[in-house]
Amino acid sequence: MTTQTVLAAAGGVSGGEEVTFWILAPLALIGAIGMVVARNAVHSALWLVLTMLCLGVFYVLQAGPFIGMVQIIVYTGAIMMLFLFVLMLVGRDSSDSLIETLRGQRVAAVLLGVGFAGLVGGGLYRALDGVPAVGLEQANAEGNVQGIARLLFTKYVFAFELTSALLITAAVGAMVLAHVERRKADKMDQVATMKARFAPGNYPGPKPGPGVFATSSSVATPARLPDGRLSERSIPEILPVRELTAEETSLKGTDQ
Amino acid sequence: MNAVYLAQDPTLADFGKDPWWLVLIKVVFAFGVAVMATLLGVWFERRVVGRMAVRPGPNQAGPFGLLQTLADGLKMAFKEDILPKAADKVVFFFAPTISVICAVTALSVVPFGPMVSIFGHQTPLQVTDVPVAVLVLLACSSMGIYGIVLGGWASGSTYPLLGGLRSTAQMISYEVAMGLSIVAVFMTAGTMSTSGIVAAQGDATRLTIAGMEVPAPGWYAILLLPSFIIFFISTVGETNRAPFDLPEAESELVAGYMTEYSSLKFALYMLSEYVAMVTMSAVTTTLFLGGWRAPWPITLWEGANSGWWPMLWFFGKVIALVFVFVWLRGTLPRLRYDQFMRFGWKVLLPINLVWILVLAGLRSIEDWQTKDRLLVTGVAAGVLLLATLLWPSRGKAPKPSPQEKADSRPHGSFPLPPMDLQVPPSPRTKRVVAEREPANVAAGSDSREV
Repeated sequence: MTTQTVLAAAGGVSGGEEVTFWILAPLALIGAIGMVVARNAVHSALWLVLTMLCLGVFYVLQAGPFIGMVQIIVYTGAIMMLFLFVLMLVGRDSSDSLIETLRGQRVAAVLLGVGFAGLVGGGLYRALDGVPAVGLEQANAEGNVQGIARLLFTKYVFAFELTSALLITAAVGAMVLAHVERRKADKMDQVATMKARFAPGNYPGPKPGPGVFATSSSVATPARLPDGRLSERSIPEILPVRELTAEETSLKGTDQ
Repeated sequence: MNAVYLAQDPTLADFGKDPWWLVLIKVVFAFGVAVMATLLGVWFERRVVGRMAVRPGPNQAGPFGLLQTLADGLKMAFKEDILPKAADKVVFFFAPTISVICAVTALSVVPFGPMVSIFGHQTPLQVTDVPVAVLVLLACSSMGIYGIVLGGWASGSTYPLLGGLRSTAQMISYEVAMGLSIVAVFMTAGTMSTSGIVAAQGDATRLTIAGMEVPAPGWYAILLLPSFIIFFISTVGETNRAPFDLPEAESELVAGYMTEYSSLKFALYMLSEYVAMVTMSAVTTTLFLGGWRAPWPITLWEGANSGWWPMLWFFGKVIALVFVFVWLRGTLPRLRYDQFMRFGWKVLLPINLVWILVLAGLRSIEDWQTKDRLLVTGVAAGVLLLATLLWPSRGKAPKPSPQEKADSRPHGSFPLPPMDLQVPPSPRTKRVVAEREPANVAAGSDSREV
């Protein structure tokens, strides 16, 4: 039993706890505001990381060290990291534009947001003001981690398993949607490529360049094979094979 | 005798009672360990790798070249600090500090020794301990990734960005394997506090073999060998050390995430890398190698695990592990990225899960009668053995002979010479030999040579 647990159970606030709170609470708020205000997506994510870290410390202060550390490891360390991963792949220049597409939307959003925050904060304050904290002592009687483990694996085991099944389903679903299955036969290794190259019907040498033995050096002019035929392999597939007319090949009279 | 040892073991109740100056001393000590570890670690690594490559390594500055790192560090500090034009200035500045802070913070929950007396205060040789100390370590290592990723991103350059993204994927993947191997430790020790885990490895169970009481090994490296191996491999991945140093693969990415860094910021990255290596070695020692407890032959001496001596054992183990890190670097080539990821997700993770399942099974039948226990274990082992023996294996198709392969080629293929081709001796060579006149006829005794 740590001293923190005892203090929190007694409903008292120790000096250290108060100091930590008053340092970290403004930081958490700054992080939250910065997250909304920042125009660069990565900066936004970093502000959110700050808020989450502060929340993690708050959990530890409230005699929940396990949940605090899990908050830091899972949310800050893994989930936000994946967010960053995506943001960085999107590109670093993807800042928000300041042009309002809906007129007055920003003002309305600010008003509604502040109003909602006020409602929630006021409601919580009125509901919890003067309510003493009880039961923390009993909950942490055999240690914080052990207490959580006991609840998770006895009373809430069904909910716990359901949640994990849900998460697994989501992960597998995302993989199925995003994964492009390549069959083994589609993969050409070096040996297979060489075999295909020397298979009958395939010319193993390099492709003839366009315009070779031709009347024009245009990429649209196919190469001529030694027997005089035109080689379709020498020009891109989107271009039709054709011979230039006499008018096209004759001098234009511009280089006099 | 045992009771004396146990009394030395700090418990969670022993923490949080130090006066402020003692806390300050401990914090400064931990920080000093980190910095000294870097200074000596770089030297150590260069000397050892040099020895492995049959060359002396740094041996000019100071005795044995010990001051080489100091000189390098000073030089680095006086170099020009370059800020790339495309860099995100604030993040570029903060990224290396995040790395260092996280690496150093992890040392605060590592126990260096048992209860000792410092200026009359009985206090554990550990900055602090919490009920979730091992999770603090994990949190530090997962926050440390931010330093690398942000450094890579903020440089505004392609190679650093690629290095940063690689390291994200790498460290998150290997953190999963690492976390799972720690689960086995939690299950066996029954606690997450580092001092508790060290204490749990101390009270060895005693086996009675042929009437003799033999203390069974208590180190989790022996009891939980698969976890130990996987954990150590993951720490190598987590610290970006060779053979897993893909974020800074110089043959592909110049220097990875620190390409654009110079001067002190670069030095900070170096610092964090070496501190992370030492921290990870210290954590491995704590979790699996008995922490500050003396290894077996030394424990015959009664005072081995009390007073200041354990610190010596602790640092001995840490140095041994750091040597393994360096050894790996000197021995193994770098993995390709897909090989590395496959190894983490398809080898380490499944083995770990199966091992945890087996361990949980063993723990749950611990209280049974010996007969029942043997029966259950035997049946499980038998079923497993039968399954491996009778598992249908895909029969290998017989290899076609060269003639069959030649016959099976489609019509119009490149012509092949006949398989039984005997190259007849050229009649021309014979004629040349026959017609050649003997050389050096007049040279006398040496005329045997034709």
